Parts: sequence; structure tokens; C-alpha cells
Amino acid sequence: MSVNPMTAKEVATKVVNKESFFLLDVRNEDAFQDWKVEGENIQYLNVPYFDLLDGVGEILPKLPQDQEVLVVCAKEGSSIMVAEMLSEEGKTVAYLKGGMKAWSEHLEPVKVGDLKDGGELFQFVRIGKGCLSYMVVSNGEAALIDATRMTGVYTDFAQEIGAIITHVFDTHLHADHISGGRKIAEATNATYWLPPKDAQEVTFRYQPLEEGQDVTIGNTTITIQPLYSPGHTIGSTSFIIDESYLLSGDILFIDSIGRPDLAGLAEDWVGDLRETLYTRYKELSDELIVLPAHFMIMEELNDDGSVSEKLGTLFAKNHGLNIEDEAAFREMVTGNLPPQPNAYQEIREMNMGKISPDEEKQREMEIGPNRCAVR
Amino acid sequence: MITPNHVLDAKGLACPMPIVKTKKTMKDLEPGQVLEIQATDKGSTADLQAWAKSTGHEYLGTETEGDTLRHFLRKDGANTVSEGTVIPEITLESFKEKVEANENLTILDVRELDEYEEGHIRGAVHIPLGEVEQRCGELKKDELIYVICHSGRRSELAAQSMAKQGFKQLINVVPGMRDWTGEIV
Repeated sequence: MSVNPMTAKEVATKVVNKESFFLLDVRNEDAFQDWKVEGENIQYLNVPYFDLLDGVGEILPKLPQDQEVLVVCAKEGSSIMVAEMLSEEGKTVAYLKGGMKAWSEHLEPVKVGDLKDGGELFQFVRIGKGCLSYMVVSNGEAALIDATRMTGVYTDFAQEIGAIITHVFDTHLHADHISGGRKIAEATNATYWLPPKDAQEVTFRYQPLEEGQDVTIGNTTITIQPLYSPGHTIGSTSFIIDESYLLSGDILFIDSIGRPDLAGLAEDWVGDLRETLYTRYKELSDELIVLPAHFMIMEELNDDGSVSEKLGTLFAKNHGLNIEDEAAFREMVTGNLPPQPNAYQEIREMNMGKISPDEEKQREMEIGPNRCAVR
Repeated sequence: MITPNHVLDAKGLACPMPIVKTKKTMKDLEPGQVLEIQATDKGSTADLQAWAKSTGHEYLGTETEGDTLRHFLRKDGANTVSEGTVIPEITLESFKEKVEANENLTILDVRELDEYEEGHIRGAVHIPLGEVEQRCGELKKDELIYVICHSGRRSELAAQSMAKQGFKQLINVVPGMRDWTGEIV
């Protein structure tokens, strides 16, 4: 029996295809409870590796007979040790290559739409953390929106399809993940756009992103129209792309809405959030396809692994868009906030350019799920 | 400051090695002794805490020095006292009621000096676990004594040792000062 590495990409494919498999997570219980590989048809067993140092005999009866077992830990070392022990007992086992670290960093590009004159729109799904970023491509030019810190994935992808990145946007100052926007803009000489109200404390130069200032990608007319939509942060800005797609940032998700407290101002911003969702978004076409910056649960994924839904459908089905009473809305949003994301203050400071920790530290700051929504 | 009986260098080792080595080293320590584990793997803090909890060793804390994490663990003593007298226990909650009812209690706090100085119950007598065997004569053998520590483990060891010397009315407070919410001085 041998122990096979399974890459994050292979596991992501299984999750998107809703394959059934058995996952043995050998991290400690708190880490497992907080964050794990999610999937609709995964059976789980969590036993910390340090409880298995004397042997795996005790857990053998709990493992399936006829199914492969995937062993997962934080960085892979412990999962290899446990996988080898299981293999010696005759089990067919694999381990997640690079552990939860690799899982958190994996990005899967999915095409979500065709634009005018051969243009294309891609969604980059960060399946382990629920972050979504976008690339708009037209006539050899590309624009990036809400890029993660795995900048090489975007620059390699652009090169592969023969496009030059000319514009980089962040819909808001992120608190749950480290933005790769500035780094990519510097490397490619692209313009880096940020909403000025979110950028008051940043330490670098940027192009202020304001409503009414359309940006054209390629020499055709793929327009990116910024739409001021405060609520998650004071500067939050959505984009309407090619009159067909609404990139809603962290304001509106498929099954939830944005939380207003990560800059410490829940009470002040809940009014803005309601105004954006119930008035500004209401005036838009129901036919727009909403493309958010996050997903929270696997049920939000479409069959092809992408995350999108018509605005009209969300107005009918998303609970957060259907609370008539303003006081009840206020209570839902501020009275029911989930725990804040890991190290969110440090992440904000990093995105403002105030601190520049090394890569190892950046990984550690991003551990865990994104938690940007209230349901 | 905590003075370890043994130091384990696990610097530069990645998970699972720091715990594998700790487990091996712990076997050679006497119950109640303290092991310092020096590690650079950031995940080692949460893992050692969870491992200590599942094995019964007491996690005393972690100090950071540059990139090095210095973890302190006290070896579980439960196995060695299993043959001793059964020490009656009182829950921290019931004990707190007694303290707050101003009953005239004799309380013996067996934590280390720095722990005791950080905060203890008013009037508690202080004799650290390591000195209990020699110094318990400072207390009366037929008196009712409540023994307390951080978690209830060291106080059990102390009470066992005192019972052997003829103390008749010992009660172990479980857990200990770790969860104490009452007044401290």
C-alpha cells in the first residue's frame, strides 16, 4: 500500500463535482471546528495527530472499508505520518499536499460569461476560503477585480490567454484577506483603483475610484461602471460590467448580505447598507448577473463551480433583501454578527500598506473562513 | 519565572516533530516536573495545549523570544498518586460560596510564588507544591484545610503528600484559581 499526495486542485474538483469521499482531519479539534475542507458529500472524522502517535488501531473501525481516505492537516507533515501508519495497516490513503495552507491558497479560474465583441469574464474561485476575484478580458487587455495575494495565478493566466493587465480594482478595503491588487499593479504597470473613502489611511499612490468614471477595457467598449454602494465599508463600490454583470463586492452575496462592522462602525453603516440594498440595487435591472466577492457555503456554488445568480432571483430569495421593517433589518444585521475574521485588523493595515509581514506571517493571518456576511 | 527541570530543543522542526519529541522526553521526567519545549513552528502552541489537555499534563504557558516559542508543561502526577488516599473534592463554585459567606476557612495555595503573587484569595497560606512535604508542619494536622492550585492537579498532589504525614481533613478545590471569579488580593 502506498500513500498518494492529492493536490488542492484535485480535491477542489471532487468538491465541485459533489463526489463522495472520507476525510480524516488530524489537526486539533479547535482548528477543525473553526475551518475545514467543506463539501456536500464528505464524511468527516477528526482525531488530532498527537492522539495517534502510539498507533492508529483505535480509529481503524471508524474508517470506511471500500473508500479512499484523505488525511488532512495544517501543512502536510502530520497527515503524511498518519497516512503512512494507516497504509501499513492496509488502508488506501491519500494526503492533502501542502495541507490546509495549500487548500486556502488554491484558486480555480472559471469562465462566467461572454462579453461584447469576443470579450470574456472569468471568476477565480478561492474554494478553501470563499474569496472570489474577477478578470475582465477584451481585445488583449485585462482588468482585475478583488485579486488575492496569490498574484502569480492572475499574471500567469493573463499571459496564457495573451492579455496585458491594464487596470486593477479593489471594490473596498478588504478585512478578511490580503489584497494582491497593489502588487500586481506595480508588477504590470497597471492603474490601481481604490474607493477614496476606504483609502484615507493608505501609504501608497492609487487612482481614486468614483461613480460616473467609467473605465474601458480593450479598444472595444467593455465598460466598467462604478456604483457607489456603501454598507460593508464606507467606500464600498460595485461595478456593472458590459451592462450585464453586477460585481457586488462584499455588499450582496448569493445567500446572505455584507456585514457592516469590520471597520468598527456597525451602527453607523447599517443605514448605508440598507440604502444600498433596498434602494440603489432595487433600481437596477433584474436581469443583471450578480457576481459577489465571497461565498460562505458550498450550496452557493453552481454546478460548474462558479458563484453567480440573477439580481431578480436574489430579490425574491435572499433573506437579507426581504426584511420590510427597517428596525428588524437593523436588528438582524447588528444583533447577529458572526465572529470576526482571523487577524482582520492586521489584514486591514496590510491592505493600507502600513505593515508588510513576510509570506509565512501573511498565511497565518489568513487562516480560517472569510466571515464577511450576516445571514 | 518558571524554572524548568528539563529543556527540549525542537527549534526548526515542523509539525508533527515537536509533539513527537515532547512525548518521548516527557516519559523520562518525574511527575510534577516541568519541561520547557523550544520550538519555532507557530502551530506548536495550539497543538501542545490540546495535547496536554488530552494527556493530563498541565500547560503552564508560552513565552516568545524573537522567533522562538518557549512552551512550559508540567508532567501529569495523577498516575503516581493513584495508590494514595482518596482526597475529597469541592467544586470551585461551592467553595466560592463558603469563602464569600465569610466562613473562617483555612486555605492552602500550593502554586508557585509568582502565580500566588499575581493574585490569591485573601488569607490563603502559601506553600508551593515542591515545599509542601517539608513545610506542611506549619499547619495543624486535625484542622479542615482547603487545598487549591491553578487547575486542581497540583493541589491533589499536595494533599496526597500531606495525607501521608497524618493530615486528616483535606479538601481539594477543583478546578482552581484558573476559573476563580471572586475577590483576589
